[in-house]
Amino acid sequence: MKALLIGECRGGQVLDATWELFGYAAQACAEPLLFMVGTKEAVAGAGVRVLLADASKQGEYNPEAHKLLILEAIRRESPDQIVFMHSSYGWDLAPRVAAALGVAQSSEVIGIAEGGFELCACNAKMRRTVVPTTAKIVVTLQGGAFQGQKPAGSTEIQDLDVEASSRLEFLGYEEPEKKDVNLATAEIIVSAGRGVGKKDNVQIIEALAKALGGELGASRPVVDSGWVAQSHQVGTTGQTVAPKLYVACGISGAIQHLAGMRKSEFILAINKDKDAPIGEVADVLVVADLLQFVPALTAKLGR
Amino acid sequence: MAFRMNEYDEFAVEEAVRLKEKLGGEPDVTVLSIGPDRVGEVIKKALAMGCDRGVHVRDPESTSRDPWQIASMIAAFAKDKDFDLVFTGMQSQDRGSAQVGPLVAEILGLPCVTTVVAFEWADGLVTLRRELEGGLRAGFRLRCPAVLTCQLGLNTPRYPTLPNIMKAKKKEITLLQPGELGLPAALAVTKAFRAPERKGSGLILEGDVASLVDRVIALLKEKTAVLR
Repeated sequence: MKALLIGECRGGQVLDATWELFGYAAQACAEPLLFMVGTKEAVAGAGVRVLLADASKQGEYNPEAHKLLILEAIRRESPDQIVFMHSSYGWDLAPRVAAALGVAQSSEVIGIAEGGFELCACNAKMRRTVVPTTAKIVVTLQGGAFQGQKPAGSTEIQDLDVEASSRLEFLGYEEPEKKDVNLATAEIIVSAGRGVGKKDNVQIIEALAKALGGELGASRPVVDSGWVAQSHQVGTTGQTVAPKLYVACGISGAIQHLAGMRKSEFILAINKDKDAPIGEVADVLVVADLLQFVPALTAKLGR
Repeated sequence: MAFRMNEYDEFAVEEAVRLKEKLGGEPDVTVLSIGPDRVGEVIKKALAMGCDRGVHVRDPESTSRDPWQIASMIAAFAKDKDFDLVFTGMQSQDRGSAQVGPLVAEILGLPCVTTVVAFEWADGLVTLRRELEGGLRAGFRLRCPAVLTCQLGLNTPRYPTLPNIMKAKKKEITLLQPGELGLPAALAVTKAFRAPERKGSGLILEGDVASLVDRVIALLKEKTAVLR
């Protein structure tokens, strides 16, 4: 079995998540081959055979051109699987490739099942086993579901090029607001979720973070509501974190949030709902009203 | 169990209605949903938010369809309608495949931008920002027609007002059968659907707040190195 792994390059750097594709390939017993639109420098030590398209010509994000490049790679190599990360790059590009090939795509795979894949469903509350019916398949992997594994073979770079026009004009990247907090290196993070109810209640979560000597984190809905700054967002569209202690307050546990914090050493969740999906990754789930429990915990820690 | 509009789709409906309002009500906005009878309520909500007409593809089997089948039906409907823009949610909350929008675009041969968090229209030219990881965004410009998939936070979806709910009752909802939209065969099948296994060590604590606090502090002292 042969897998074409679609790596990602941003700002001239290979994204770390690219190595998770190799963890998947190892588990799937697939011969890995890396595709990337990037630079020679970026893939110089890749340790594997690379089909490299020039990012300065094709753009780092140009799905119409990248689709044609991937189709060219597939034509040359006839892989059985085309594997992406389920990232802003992968979830955007994978369906375009699947449609062009007329083959099945399994999205945000968390594991390999007999004849198919394990996927999350219903905001991580349920699991589905999906079996593709086409010979060739496109797969996207959930971030963190497979171990990053850098290949240790010899690097062999083969150039790949197509002439492609694009109907999308790329206007450039826009950096996020200046980070006042670096959650990636924090040892303790206390995060607020939708369950805090309103903006005023965020201070209850902040007080616990302070009492524990940690940083304030937040789930996406809390950031979208303007209760907490985006720089505090944990999850696939925010920061990926792995602190010694992660306290999830009123966070139900959407897939995108879990993917950003599941590697934490110890996870304490406070939730009214005993069946919230956060319980699936939590070491301890406290079933309580956080507006009562959190201030009580803060007070006791302060003594 | 309560059913409601997919959260991502609320942002898609809102953005289409905002554009209609901005352009003096001229654009005609159609809302389409595929599913059993209950999605009629979701279509009515979208009409009350400001869409002009509804299309209900009555498919009691919709939950077992794969993204390719769903996208094919949407594309078959849109094919000869000359829509300037197709807005979808970037994914559904139940399936989360994030495939349907880009698949519709591929079938129709239209350009597509996914995960849109900012949208501006100027005479057929659309300027967008899409969301990448870590708060990073990327800007794009494209000319209509196009397919856009909407991310949470793109706007603030409105609650329908009572007068608009009443007005929506008069709006037309067209009923279609999957067969009329050339439903293709599935490319993938769901073999099992179940609740996840919990992490082995996961402990669930219940009781009064004071004793919960004591138990949690004891556990943090025992299991983590962060409490002295």
